[in-house]
Amino acid sequence: MSLLALSDITIRYSRLTAVRDVSFSMAEGEILFITGPNGAGKSSLLRAIAGVTPVAGGRIDLAGQEITSQAPENIARLGFSMVPEGREVFGSLTIEENLLIGTGMHANNRGWRTRAASELEAVYATFPMLKERRNGQAGLLSGGQQQMLVIGRALMTNPKLIAIDEPSLGLAPNITDQVYERLIVLRAQRGLTLLIVEQSSARAMMVGGRMILMRGGQIVLDGDARTLGNGEAIQAAYFGYEDH
Amino acid sequence: MLQILFDALSLGSLYALGALGIALIFGVMRLVNFAHGDVIAFCVFALLWPSTDAMAIVFAGQLPWYLLVPFVLLCGAGLSVLCEIVVFRRFRKANPATMMITSFALGFVIRYFLLMLYSSRPKSISLLPTLSQPVEIFGARLPLLQLITIIATMAILIGLTLFLRQTRFGLEMRAAAENFSMARMLGVRANRVIMGAFALSGALAGAIALIFGSQTGTADIQMGASIMLMAFIATVIGGLGSLGGAVLAGFLLGAASVVMQVMLPVDARPFRDAFVYGAVILVLLFRPQGLIAARGTKERV
Repeated sequence: MSLLALSDITIRYSRLTAVRDVSFSMAEGEILFITGPNGAGKSSLLRAIAGVTPVAGGRIDLAGQEITSQAPENIARLGFSMVPEGREVFGSLTIEENLLIGTGMHANNRGWRTRAASELEAVYATFPMLKERRNGQAGLLSGGQQQMLVIGRALMTNPKLIAIDEPSLGLAPNITDQVYERLIVLRAQRGLTLLIVEQSSARAMMVGGRMILMRGGQIVLDGDARTLGNGEAIQAAYFGYEDH
Repeated sequence: MLQILFDALSLGSLYALGALGIALIFGVMRLVNFAHGDVIAFCVFALLWPSTDAMAIVFAGQLPWYLLVPFVLLCGAGLSVLCEIVVFRRFRKANPATMMITSFALGFVIRYFLLMLYSSRPKSISLLPTLSQPVEIFGARLPLLQLITIIATMAILIGLTLFLRQTRFGLEMRAAAENFSMARMLGVRANRVIMGAFALSGALAGAIALIFGSQTGTADIQMGASIMLMAFIATVIGGLGSLGGAVLAGFLLGAASVVMQVMLPVDARPFRDAFVYGAVILVLLFRPQGLIAARGTKERV
């Protein structure tokens, strides 16, 4: 059974249709890249799954439950964790406070501190830099450090599936490499399912896995990232040559 | 000199607590709650038995202080949470202007409800009369009430800071104030945080009601409005949504009012408030974002 299934999802912003009848599903443990040019509807799709953008039509299922139009906090409880575009750290909070927010939903008030402590240790083991600066203000971290922080913050919710919107945004290529290295290790360690949005398909080809290419709010290609990446089909699909 | 300091602190305390009540709610739902002042008035009248007689029939006001204080705080918190559930919840997705108008309307509903039960005549009440005795500190004679006002305000501020910094709920509130949708994506329950903010804000209204009621010795259905105006100004100068800024600006406004009362030439004293507002305009000209700009109030794309 699939972990995440979207069927005929349509998203509209007043009269503009951002996503039109998109369907796909993800198996547990899978890594899926959604790529495509600006305005293809990739971020809208992620935000709709997370429950922060309403859908105009269609149905979303997560771990066997329908989550269409559910509140974001309930979707998070089912094991979906979102790392949004632009990272959205809580800049006025400390690094440790940023991490702690996500553990709140899994524990009652009394068990919270102990549970949070063990989760924190696990995240600090993956990102030692965060431990060094645990009491520092999160807003003062560099872009790469903030990216590590928000991935750690997503892990603290103990998710089945992490969705990451443009992890390479605004980062130097070598920092992006580091982010991806950690993600791949984490995926192996925790059996995570990863849904990653990137503009360019280059990263998907390097990492491997499945790739969906979107343009104009629809899926134009769906297949293995490495085979797709080498064909001319991807270029045609990405730039939409067939329209001209 | 000491007298001026204490006057400034005790007046500032009222404004600071009022501003805090507005800033707490603004932080989590971008609502400027103009009904806050009427919640304060409601808390004062909660001490009286409903009647339209000129004489106040003291009801809960007779309780000993250790029952009186929790009673009033609970009244404020209860009414405030009720407002959220019955009214503001329906407007959560509306734009801020609509929510603000709604809060005005709700304020009038509360005020006219009080008018219906108690009539519009101000009533004299003597709340905790032992507090009006003077005490002598460092050679200055101060009403005990003033001292207690300042101490109680400090205790509330320290308590609230600890609550926001040390507890899980406080952490969730701070996160929600900075970025509400991100906090929800991390599992923070929107309804719980918003109701918590309303409850805290209402309890603060109760605290103001106690202090203001015992200072003035009257219950008047308009009494919330005057504090509300100053408190609202304090939240704006402090930087809307910034709790620290609201408290700081509240104390500054209190200080400005008291200092001008003393320093202005006698002929100009009746126009004291005009000078205070003039100072407010100057502050906003130089720091339009407020003294301490809050994070997360910037436009989000």
